[in-house]
Amino acid sequence: MTGLQDRLTPEQVEEFGRELDELRQRTVDDLGQEDVDYIHNVIKTQRGLEVAGRALLFAGFFPPAWLAGVGALSLAKVLDNMEIGHNVMHGQYDWTRDPALSSQRFEWDNVAPAENWRHSHNYIHHTYTNILDKDRDIGYGVLRMDPAQKWHPYYLGNPAYAALLAVFFQWGVMLHDLEFDRIVKGERKWSDTTEVVRKMVKKASRQVGKDYVLFPLLTGPLAPLTFAGNATANLVRNLWSFSIIFCGHFPAEVESFTEEETENESRGQWYLRQILGSANITGGPLFHIMSGNLSHQIEHHLFPDIPARRYPQIAGEVRAICEKYGLPYHTGPLHKQLWSVAKKLVKLALPRTSPAPTTVGADRQLRAA
Amino acid sequence: MTALIPRRVRSLASLAEALLTPHGMDRYLELVDPMLVRREIRGLVTAVRKQTPDSVTLTVKPSRAWPGFTAGQYVRLQVEIDGVRRTRCYSPCGSQYDGELEFTVKEQGLVSGHLNRAIGVGSVLNLSTPDGGFTLPAARPGRVLLIAGGSGITPVLAMARTLVTEGHTGEIVFVQYSNGPADALYRTELAELAARHPGLRVVHAYTHSKGGDLNGFFAPEHLARVAPWFRDAEAFVCGPKPLMDAVRDHLGERVHTEEFTPPALTFDTANAEGQVRFKRSGRECANSGKPLLEQAEEAGLSPEHGCRMGICFSCTQLKTAGRVRNAKTGEISGEEDEEIQLCISVPVGDVEIDA
Repeated sequence: MTGLQDRLTPEQVEEFGRELDELRQRTVDDLGQEDVDYIHNVIKTQRGLEVAGRALLFAGFFPPAWLAGVGALSLAKVLDNMEIGHNVMHGQYDWTRDPALSSQRFEWDNVAPAENWRHSHNYIHHTYTNILDKDRDIGYGVLRMDPAQKWHPYYLGNPAYAALLAVFFQWGVMLHDLEFDRIVKGERKWSDTTEVVRKMVKKASRQVGKDYVLFPLLTGPLAPLTFAGNATANLVRNLWSFSIIFCGHFPAEVESFTEEETENESRGQWYLRQILGSANITGGPLFHIMSGNLSHQIEHHLFPDIPARRYPQIAGEVRAICEKYGLPYHTGPLHKQLWSVAKKLVKLALPRTSPAPTTVGADRQLRAA
Repeated sequence: MTALIPRRVRSLASLAEALLTPHGMDRYLELVDPMLVRREIRGLVTAVRKQTPDSVTLTVKPSRAWPGFTAGQYVRLQVEIDGVRRTRCYSPCGSQYDGELEFTVKEQGLVSGHLNRAIGVGSVLNLSTPDGGFTLPAARPGRVLLIAGGSGITPVLAMARTLVTEGHTGEIVFVQYSNGPADALYRTELAELAARHPGLRVVHAYTHSKGGDLNGFFAPEHLARVAPWFRDAEAFVCGPKPLMDAVRDHLGERVHTEEFTPPALTFDTANAEGQVRFKRSGRECANSGKPLLEQAEEAGLSPEHGCRMGICFSCTQLKTAGRVRNAKTGEISGEEDEEIQLCISVPVGDVEIDA
């Protein structure tokens, strides 16, 4: 089974890898003051929105103030998690040596502790992107997102679980590090989770304490309104980040891979897998910022540690390289990508799926049969 | 009642920290004014003057977290150059009792060049807590010999000014080595200081021109002439390595020194063996025989660092396995879970660093 590796000849894959390495180097060499100014501006905007949102909720008895407050706070949480947190924790600004932008020290406005997330996301997901049984982001241990995942009556609830995951996304991301499904299967012991759980409890209690206890209490008689406002802002951020993230890897045409076909990958083959396993979302500059530039999931997966504001700048070149080597470059507007994900969630709830499996390996097997 | 106030302020501060979790108060305060930060130390440049064409003297007002320093210690100054924070060590040269810090920086290298050219009144620098053991003993010696060469004057001047502020009653001889009168930093200030304090005598030694109180490089007879009691004194020396070596050869263990010039390190890159693993980032490379800081940078990491010569400990990281050679001392150590300075540690065989 050598599907993925058959895509390009060994010479082609080497040349392809070299071209991407060069693109990377050119971008890295060009990093400087502009990138730092940019992230500082985003941070300033985020902090401003947060302070404004919190302040407006003190006037939450006046419905327009409540709405504006929730809006500002939602935007702040989205910016914090996506364009700032996700990207800083990828090490995109480590070269600045600014401790406030250090991947090892940054903590985000999310119940998932940065340290746990760096392991599950930066390491596991970004190394084993879309490899079944290795990339734990495929279905997050609760969903069936690929036809190669064996069906079980449990998956009849697939769409419902996805809806729940979207609503409570930050909690899902937090619990992801427990690897609960592996505990159920007996592959992981509860005792292995002590340290991870300790960090979760500490981080989550601080987050819950501020959003659901301290700020509501400070607004006195408005406590229920503030509580509801903070919950709404968290919900908005959850739905938004779920949507962006699920559109990054799960639209129909995105491929997944087997461990066999990804063994002993070269740098070029790793790049190839990142491209085939990711999908972009089209949109305007503001949309890209609000998605943390994960609307450029392909570029992000190729170069996870390059400042995200560079992805739109290099996207044209990445796309041209894909065309040159006859590779797909999955992209589409948000509504199209979301619809594609939703269809997949429903289809895979049932045992028999479409006759066109999405893994390259299975595809080849089918043709050979 | 007065005792209650600080507690209330403290609990208000911790409430604010809890409300501003996870980023903390400083990340918000600095957007209003970078000097408002509570935990980090910043310095506001309040005056800039040029004593010589190739140096700058900055007066810096530290933010509230500044703990004060002891004369002779150094501070890691950090500036942002083209988006990257760069760090170098400088000794404040004012008295330790001054509220503001004074730094004199010779224009050489990236950070010093930037401090000379791009920093003006109103600039904000990042400061570390002060560090270093080149300080006067708590029981001040009756006779003090201060010897400075070139930009090595800064910690020694801080000592002289501190002793004067304290009203030191013994004898102090301050010998300043410079190329000639034009290079002698703080000439006027030293003259004023000596005029104010009867116990202090300032001696100018010119290495490359005539007309000094002393002429030529350090020689034992210099001390015999200006401080015949030098064997009963505590001597504090800072300057170029040859000056410090010469004084040390002559005075032995009564000499306290601060080395700011990089030691001549030798690296055997031809016979390097083993693998270097950076555990946290998962990067691995073949040992090139260079210091670990360089190897880490070549592997694409950006570890924190400062002086790159084994002085400031900014680059200290945990070595989790393997043996390293200290390029300064030649000492080889293979202790488990040992903190090492990356900039002067060279791997001996396989090494794993938690970076």
